[in-house]
Amino acid sequence: MRAAAGETNGWRILRMLLPVAILALGLVAWEAVVVIQKIPPYILPGPLQVWRTLLADWTLLSESLVVTLITTFEGLALAFFGGVLLAVLFHQSRLLEYSLYPYAVILQVTPIVAVAPLLLIYLPQHAAVLACAWIVAFFPVLANTTLGLNSVDRNLRDLFRLYRASRWQVLRRLELPAALPYILGGLKIAGGLALIGAVVAEISAGSAGAGSGLAYRIAESSYRLNIPRMFAALLLLSAAGIVIFFTLSLVSHLILRRWHESALTREG
Amino acid sequence: MRDVGKTFANGVTALAGFSLDVEEGEFLSLLGPSGCGKSTVLRMIAGLTAPTQGEITHASPQAYRGSGRALDFVFQEPTLMPWATVYENVALPLNIANLSPAEARPRVDDAIARVGLAAFAGAYPRELSGGMKMRVSIARAIVGRPRILLMDEPFAALDEITRFKLNNDLLELWRSLRVTVVFVTHSVFESVYLSSRIVVMTPRPGRAFADLSFDTPYPRPAGFRTSADYAANCRVTTEALYDAMGSAAA
Repeated sequence: MRAAAGETNGWRILRMLLPVAILALGLVAWEAVVVIQKIPPYILPGPLQVWRTLLADWTLLSESLVVTLITTFEGLALAFFGGVLLAVLFHQSRLLEYSLYPYAVILQVTPIVAVAPLLLIYLPQHAAVLACAWIVAFFPVLANTTLGLNSVDRNLRDLFRLYRASRWQVLRRLELPAALPYILGGLKIAGGLALIGAVVAEISAGSAGAGSGLAYRIAESSYRLNIPRMFAALLLLSAAGIVIFFTLSLVSHLILRRWHESALTREG
Repeated sequence: MRDVGKTFANGVTALAGFSLDVEEGEFLSLLGPSGCGKSTVLRMIAGLTAPTQGEITHASPQAYRGSGRALDFVFQEPTLMPWATVYENVALPLNIANLSPAEARPRVDDAIARVGLAAFAGAYPRELSGGMKMRVSIARAIVGRPRILLMDEPFAALDEITRFKLNNDLLELWRSLRVTVVFVTHSVFESVYLSSRIVVMTPRPGRAFADLSFDTPYPRPAGFRTSADYAANCRVTTEALYDAMGSAAA
């Protein structure tokens, strides 16, 4: 028993150490190449310089980070409520679903990079950025919620019929709770996509000469050949994406842990 | 209450010319091979499936439509809401009927106590064993004080020891609540132990083949399972079942 426990513990530590070791190795190699080859920072800055830039430009970059995060969360919130609402409406009315679902798919499959410049023409900038975040993020919520609403246990559905539950009661007491794990799964996907949507729109807006989000900083730094700052901003975007993912995973776990299989620990 | 169920063909003809009178207060088992339409009969009595021919009448329609539950259903699976506690699951029929929480509470507590789960009211279904989940399902079915309890092979998925225990407890409930039970099973032993009357059905298309009444008095102690009386009843029932199977093969 103890040997087995020790093994799994060692395995766990190894699993955490390996990616860190790879990262360290990569950074050392990167720095070495830059120093040995004497590559100038406007072509490729070393990781140490990126780190120094991140610290030096922190005030500017952190402000931009906040702007991008706020946009992302606004877009995500709209995508969440919009996606769930649309799914519920589609579920209640087949006619509505048949009429609108194809357009939801079209919105999803049209590359957002191509749509963003158009949106920026017709909408105020903030609204356009939000719209981009929404367009890419709402579909997974819609699709997952629809799947969830249709995955209700048939016997439970019969039971609600036997009890003469109204449509509203079926929705509130049966369908939405049953769909919750699916909705949260969609939300997790939507979180990353909302960030992508926000970034795409900011880049497009940035080339139009306005904006202050992280992606705008990247575009701006690129014009000024401030490559270290591009890397620093990219690092922050990456970190933001990771934080969003883990936050949503945590939210999902906290909501489902009492009853859903996915939240069961394997230790028992 | 007296239910006159007459039901007929259904797509693949699950039932043909099936007639059944359910007497008030009896414990009636529908016994037959898989696919003979036993479950269909229950679903039609419950109004979940409409008969394609014939009709089902309930002796007192106003009770069927009224606020009190005329009937309730126990499925083969516990069919609980995994996101809700035992208490919330049992309270479901009352909540849907818009009873206030204060009105519902004593009835829910009583139903949970009757199935012996008072200590588990706050537990979630996944924390319970298969037998306990089925008890919750039964508590939910009796919380609305139904006149008829329809049970669709409720114990089929349980191990035999749990099943024996639940059989005894079910008889206890049936006697104390004075409810009519229509119980679908494919176990001869279970039906003989529980029932005051057994209707043996033929394979698909299902018909009522034999109608057996047993006057072994209740309560039936655990010793009944090993008595000569029980063995004789089992033999009669098994023979009827064999004949029913044979009548279809011929």
